[in-house]
Amino acid sequence: MVTARTSVDEVWAWLADVPDPEIPVISLVDLGIIRDVRWQGDTLEVTVTPTYSGCPATAIINMEIEAALRANGIEKLSLKRKIAPPWTTDWMTQAGKAKLESYGIAPPQPAGGPERCPHCQSTSVEKISQFGSTPCKAQWRCTDCLEPFDYFKCI
Amino acid sequence: MSTLGLIRMGDNTLVLGQRVSEWCGHAPALEEDIALANTALDLIGQTQLWLGLAAEREGEGEGRTADTLAYHRDAWDFRNVLLVEQPNRDFGVTMMRQFLFDAWHLEALKALAAHEDAEVSAIAQKSVKEVTYHRERSSDTVIALGDGTEESHARMQAALDRLWPYVGEMFSTDDDDLTDMAALRPTFDAYLETVLTEATLVRPDSDFAHMGGKTGARHTEHLGHMLATMQVLPRSYPDATW
Repeated sequence: MVTARTSVDEVWAWLADVPDPEIPVISLVDLGIIRDVRWQGDTLEVTVTPTYSGCPATAIINMEIEAALRANGIEKLSLKRKIAPPWTTDWMTQAGKAKLESYGIAPPQPAGGPERCPHCQSTSVEKISQFGSTPCKAQWRCTDCLEPFDYFKCI
Repeated sequence: MSTLGLIRMGDNTLVLGQRVSEWCGHAPALEEDIALANTALDLIGQTQLWLGLAAEREGEGEGRTADTLAYHRDAWDFRNVLLVEQPNRDFGVTMMRQFLFDAWHLEALKALAAHEDAEVSAIAQKSVKEVTYHRERSSDTVIALGDGTEESHARMQAALDRLWPYVGEMFSTDDDDLTDMAALRPTFDAYLETVLTEATLVRPDSDFAHMGGKTGARHTEHLGHMLATMQVLPRSYPDATW
């Protein structure tokens, strides 16, 4: 039983430990999909935006947010979905982008393509397909080390 | 605002999403299979937003949800344009259908992003980002195959000739539409010309257009067959949940 309301900052810290179900190296906060955390009376209200409208991870993400908050003693919880303004990769944290690259996924770039190969850092890369293993990624290939890699699409 | 305009948007994405998903596991290359499945997923996600809003606006008296609208209506209640219910046939027909739809869809969504209804605008803004990718990919594929081998060129021209009579309906419009669809035609035509020229394909002369999908007056026979597959589970097991 939590007697005093937990601070919003602490809730953000808990959510920063919840991994994305598809790309577990980054957290939901890194991904930029947690839009708001606030108390409405004695109910904790968390606002989440989907990355892609059909992303099947959305339902899992809501379950994981709820599980994490319940595990920390939150009893009254309301999860809200907000689609406007639409999610953009600009909301991804710098730390999140660095973690993606070290995991082997090229982070999003405003230029519309990866800056370099996440394996060998060569800038000689080519697109294989606009779509990849999840809605948020595209397939690219390094023409130096010849390894294919995922690129996190910039939207 | 009439919910029919919302249902038209949602039925287009639902029917095309189901059609495109029929390729899952059958596409000519792994990358194409993944791309088609991802496109279908985006379209189904958009369907949940459009039909979800339509059900909400109909009010509680109707007791409908996005799921009941998708699974418990018959062919004559669907309001999608005839283009999206056309069968996949070969990969060329599938990609030409996608290109023609994407080119209309992106213009429609850009117009709806400025809609006075905040919820309509929100769905359109979200969808524009996804559909920009769809149009980029289908345009690239139409160009690559149109300006490809003799065989691929012939198939893409045949696909365009086959589907062309279904283009006009996307630009027919009435008061139930969320925006004036006829007003989108000049931008669509200009984009089409750019891509077709690069693809070395010829736009058919006749602008004859089959009508009846978005008004529900007369769908093609293909829709019913598609729905039978899509709806069998929730209709056979009415208590089934996700």
